[in-house]
Amino acid sequence: MDFSLNEFQAMLSDSVAKFVSNEYDFETRQASAAAPRGFNDAIWQNFCDLGWTALPFSEAEGGLDGGPIETMLLMQHFGRGLVVEPYLANIVLAGGVLRRLASDTQKSRWLAPIIAGELQAALAFAEPQSRYDIGDIGTTATRDADGWLINGSKAVVLNGGNAELLIIPAVLDGVSLFAVAADTDGVTRRRYSTVDGATAAEITLRNVRVDSGALLGTAGDGLATLEAVLDEAILAVCAEGVGIMQALTEKTVEYSKNRVQFGVPIGSFQALQHRMVDMFTATEQSYSLLLWATMASAAAADDAKRAVSAIKYQIGTAGKRVGQEAVQLHGGMGMSWEFDVGHYFKRLTVIGQLFGNADWHLDRLAQ
Amino acid sequence: MPLSREHQQRFQKALYARGWAGYNWPVEYGGTGWSLVQKYLFQKEMADANMPAIVPFGLGMVGPIIYTYGSAEQKQRFLPDILASNTWWCQGYSEPGSGSDLASLKTRAERDGDHYIVNGTKTWTTLAQHADWIFCLVRTSSDSARRQDGISFLLVDMATPGVSVRPIITIDGSHEINEVHFDAVRVPRDNLVGEEGKGWTYGKVLLQHERTGTAGVARTQYRLRELRAQAGRSVRGAAPLSNDANFMRKIAAVEVELKALEYTELRTLAAVTSGKAPGAESSILKFKGTELQQAVDELYLEAAGYYALPYVPEQYVYDFPDQDRVGEGVETDAAPRYFNFRKASIYGGSNEIQKNIIAKHVLGL
Repeated sequence: MDFSLNEFQAMLSDSVAKFVSNEYDFETRQASAAAPRGFNDAIWQNFCDLGWTALPFSEAEGGLDGGPIETMLLMQHFGRGLVVEPYLANIVLAGGVLRRLASDTQKSRWLAPIIAGELQAALAFAEPQSRYDIGDIGTTATRDADGWLINGSKAVVLNGGNAELLIIPAVLDGVSLFAVAADTDGVTRRRYSTVDGATAAEITLRNVRVDSGALLGTAGDGLATLEAVLDEAILAVCAEGVGIMQALTEKTVEYSKNRVQFGVPIGSFQALQHRMVDMFTATEQSYSLLLWATMASAAAADDAKRAVSAIKYQIGTAGKRVGQEAVQLHGGMGMSWEFDVGHYFKRLTVIGQLFGNADWHLDRLAQ
Repeated sequence: MPLSREHQQRFQKALYARGWAGYNWPVEYGGTGWSLVQKYLFQKEMADANMPAIVPFGLGMVGPIIYTYGSAEQKQRFLPDILASNTWWCQGYSEPGSGSDLASLKTRAERDGDHYIVNGTKTWTTLAQHADWIFCLVRTSSDSARRQDGISFLLVDMATPGVSVRPIITIDGSHEINEVHFDAVRVPRDNLVGEEGKGWTYGKVLLQHERTGTAGVARTQYRLRELRAQAGRSVRGAAPLSNDANFMRKIAAVEVELKALEYTELRTLAAVTSGKAPGAESSILKFKGTELQQAVDELYLEAAGYYALPYVPEQYVYDFPDQDRVGEGVETDAAPRYFNFRKASIYGGSNEIQKNIIAKHVLGL
């Protein structure tokens, strides 16, 4: 197996790593999370200037032609730095749909400003009743003059409160995806913070009238696209999860070397050493699966879909253990808001809940 | 989430009006004088009715210490207000450098005539922001070979000059715990409980009390019943979670473990009631109880799905209007609660310390 990175990948990985270690310490991250929109506009603009928001898009779209491996490298470092800026919502989710379905006109209206950092976007993939089943859609689109009338509710829309563009899946000849400006009449949003320091919204659409230019792709194309985009999103958050697990394992080992109780560093206790070895092992195993899944996806291999479920199951289970152990071994420090470990743990917990939890994906693998 | 001081006091005063505030206390100090079985049943009924928990520091901890080891004057001075929940107490044990290794504590109390001068820092002090008084383990001597022998049990009025409280926000965003600083705080020697240098012995009695008190089997069972009930219903038009056999198996597995712990607790109760010492089984109550509490928190998180994500602190209070909630029932505070109760395996002697004690004193290793 050849796991080496090409020149572009090595440069990308290096630049994201440098940003995280030099420009994104925990205090900066907390300030981002506490900002009005739940992220720092200047940092987001910096991501655009560095080309990171253009990463997965084609050159024709103004992108860098990156694929799953490039996104993995970026997200893994974002995990280590606990980056809260809405890369997943804008670039992986909304961008993933637009890249696949949008016409040139739609791309210049929606995608170009996303890449430039001028527009925030969200993909409303969940509904109040749907849990993890993206095909369970109650929102409808009915033909109305030269456009459509959309009615329905969307749940826990990541970045939904910030977004100027909402991508709305609705039932029309199967599932169809619509680009809806968030300020369209009939769209109401309840915005809130999420437990990982980001933001989301509950969105209701009542007789929302959109014109013919709102349909992305062909009517009925929606579900296959959603599935493909969410698989990419799973790989992205799992890469982030691996970065978090690596950070937590390192921080815990370091803490145990310095925290003295009973006259010795607590890392000298065998009972704790074995638990840190377990954290380390869980993290390494997760990284291995991540590489398999990402490479399978990059190669469009036959088992790519199973690999996606495998890594999501792994991050759900191993991530939970590593997160809980990191907090436990840090004692009261792990429980403190002022200290970073608890925030890594919370983001890892949210990753476990996103796009199907461990059991959901184990069910997919068992079939 | 913790109640406000006002709500908590109103609840405890309602218990006091019924004569139940001192359910754990002897009759001569205004308690019920109940048998262990009666106390057990009271706690179980309280849990089954989903009553708030009694904040333990006054009624459960310092009260019993004072009526057991305190002077007549201290009993008269402190016990009536503790019983009536007129005063709020907090516990000054842990320090920044003394967590699991509590006996290494450094807060000093030096004699100065009729006073002690106290200097040091206590941390993770639960609800100190509401407290009128703090009971502390302080070092009065560094002379003895055993570190434990220089520790004394001191009562400090929080309004004394030199006492300051700094909030510590926990990862769920709530303010329950604090750091309490003592900067040349003058404490009358009358506030020493029992003998100087015996504080460790008194404090250990408290920690042992904390171990049985935190098993919380009935409360965890109540939460699991709530989860089962919600799993049987359709929420927002979704198929009931009870259709998911995997999830229901997980509920059943925790129910089995909880039943086991309920009977472990009953075995302890039976032994003590028949005049024997609590058996070795009692040592597992605290850590197993917190493990199961946390296992149920994890199931709540699973049940919540995407609705574990919203962080809407204003809706965690009891009178928030239902129509404005994000998430329903068990979803409402599933994640913050899961985060917050990771503390349960850390406080009151971490689960690792509990296992050390069992290994040493029960298994003789």
